[in-house]
Amino acid sequence: MSKIVAEIFYCIIGFIFIMTGVKALKDEGCEKRVFTAAFWFILAFTFIAGPYFPKWITGLCVVLMAALTAMNKVVQSKSDVPTAAETRSGADRIGYKVFVPPLTLAVTAVLVATFLKSLGANNAIGVSAVAALIVAMVMFKPKAAYIVKDGTRLTDNVGTTGILPQVLAALGALFTAAGVGDVIATGVRAIIPDGNLFMATAVYCIAMALFTMIMGNGFAAFSVITVGIGIPFLIAQGANPIVVGALGLTAGYCGTLMTPMAANFNIMPAALLETKSKYAIIFSQIPVALVMLAIHIVLMYTLAF
Amino acid sequence: MELIKLIGVLIVIVGFILKLDTLAVVVVAGLATGLVAGMSPIEILDTLGNAFITNRTATLFILTLPVIGLCERNGLKDKAVDFIRSLKNATTGRLIIVWQTVRTVASAFSLRVGGHAQFIRPLINPMAQAASIAKYGELDEKTEDQIKGLAAGSENYGNFFAQNCFMGSSGTLLIVTTLSEQGYPVDALQIAGQSVPIAVISLVVGIIYALIFDQTMKRRYGSKKTGVK
Repeated sequence: MSKIVAEIFYCIIGFIFIMTGVKALKDEGCEKRVFTAAFWFILAFTFIAGPYFPKWITGLCVVLMAALTAMNKVVQSKSDVPTAAETRSGADRIGYKVFVPPLTLAVTAVLVATFLKSLGANNAIGVSAVAALIVAMVMFKPKAAYIVKDGTRLTDNVGTTGILPQVLAALGALFTAAGVGDVIATGVRAIIPDGNLFMATAVYCIAMALFTMIMGNGFAAFSVITVGIGIPFLIAQGANPIVVGALGLTAGYCGTLMTPMAANFNIMPAALLETKSKYAIIFSQIPVALVMLAIHIVLMYTLAF
Repeated sequence: MELIKLIGVLIVIVGFILKLDTLAVVVVAGLATGLVAGMSPIEILDTLGNAFITNRTATLFILTLPVIGLCERNGLKDKAVDFIRSLKNATTGRLIIVWQTVRTVASAFSLRVGGHAQFIRPLINPMAQAASIAKYGELDEKTEDQIKGLAAGSENYGNFFAQNCFMGSSGTLLIVTTLSEQGYPVDALQIAGQSVPIAVISLVVGIIYALIFDQTMKRRYGSKKTGVK
């Protein structure tokens, strides 16, 4: 039952991807519209039909999509962006009640996941999205076309990196099949004294922050460091995987705060604010980041064991 | 030659440092890892495809976009601006505290209220600068930079440390899929729940940091106004 519901939601996501592709095709001003549309259509195919074909076909689709983005063939197409006057009139008409649908989204997800366990937590996200959409429809009375327009507009905003988490999880699967985690674990064993769980926790959190600083991306660091260090040295030693996972990613974010590699959080905003020093934001964030990292280590150790 | 298996890790690191296309880097890293591990091309594509399909979960957040877009069209950001504007007479530190609180809550509920271009540059930084100018008169460049850093940082803290409290956020779903893929089935509700403590702590740390800044300002400029205005 929960599987069928999940497939329905994946089909809806596929539909949003198709419409994002159609939007690109219709945009005469977009030079790369055919390739861009191809990207979204291939992605939609994997979501809707992927499970019913041999899996290597989806694998090939992933490689094709990566080839398209590597050649810089996928771009944002023109969206119907709401004007300032439009959002202002909405704000004056609706007021602070405009926050009700997003709150419905978050609260319904938690309620459904808690009380409708048979449906599963993942489906709860889809159910909450539908519930919030209904609330928004009743409150705003928008033209139906805007559901699609705003959905594809934001999907296009998120763009190709939106599937990064999914591809990273797949990378994790290949790492496991190849035994990458074991190799890293052998190396790390030299640093961590046997059975010293506090040291292991510290090494995992610090490695998350360091790798994130080097790569400028916490998501990529998470899949490498969790497979290489978090699982063999913490989770396999009895640590609670929920705690390790949740705090592992945010430990990485402590690194994000300290690195110029995360340019869109630290460097571009500095330019935007016209700071005298390019690194003014990073300097300001370093004390907070270090305190947060120390707290992560202690908190993870306390909660996970 | 066990170390050769780390080729994928190396590709990811180098690729991200060089700011190459992220999707391509990750896929190439995966293919290379499979090859050095002696898998056949079909086996690699099979593993990749299978994992991509089981991990569609990680992309569920797309479902939440239509309603979020509709709310933006109907003035979500405008109302957030209205609220911040209503805060007059706050000190720089206190204004930052209110912003970080708003940003943290918004992030936890997946509201797209925030952003350096949308909020910090046009609203928070000017108000934070004005609060100190009203109190102490003209500010030196160093202080101006510090306030800018504080404003931009509060945006990042709220954004980063609270986003996983939302079940449908891509970070939460990445954690769920990564752990499940490795044989530790966890669900989004559990991850979101365990993300709450650190979100609260980050807010407390941010508040203390902003209050310390207010004290530093008091020490640096005294209680008297200097300069004009």
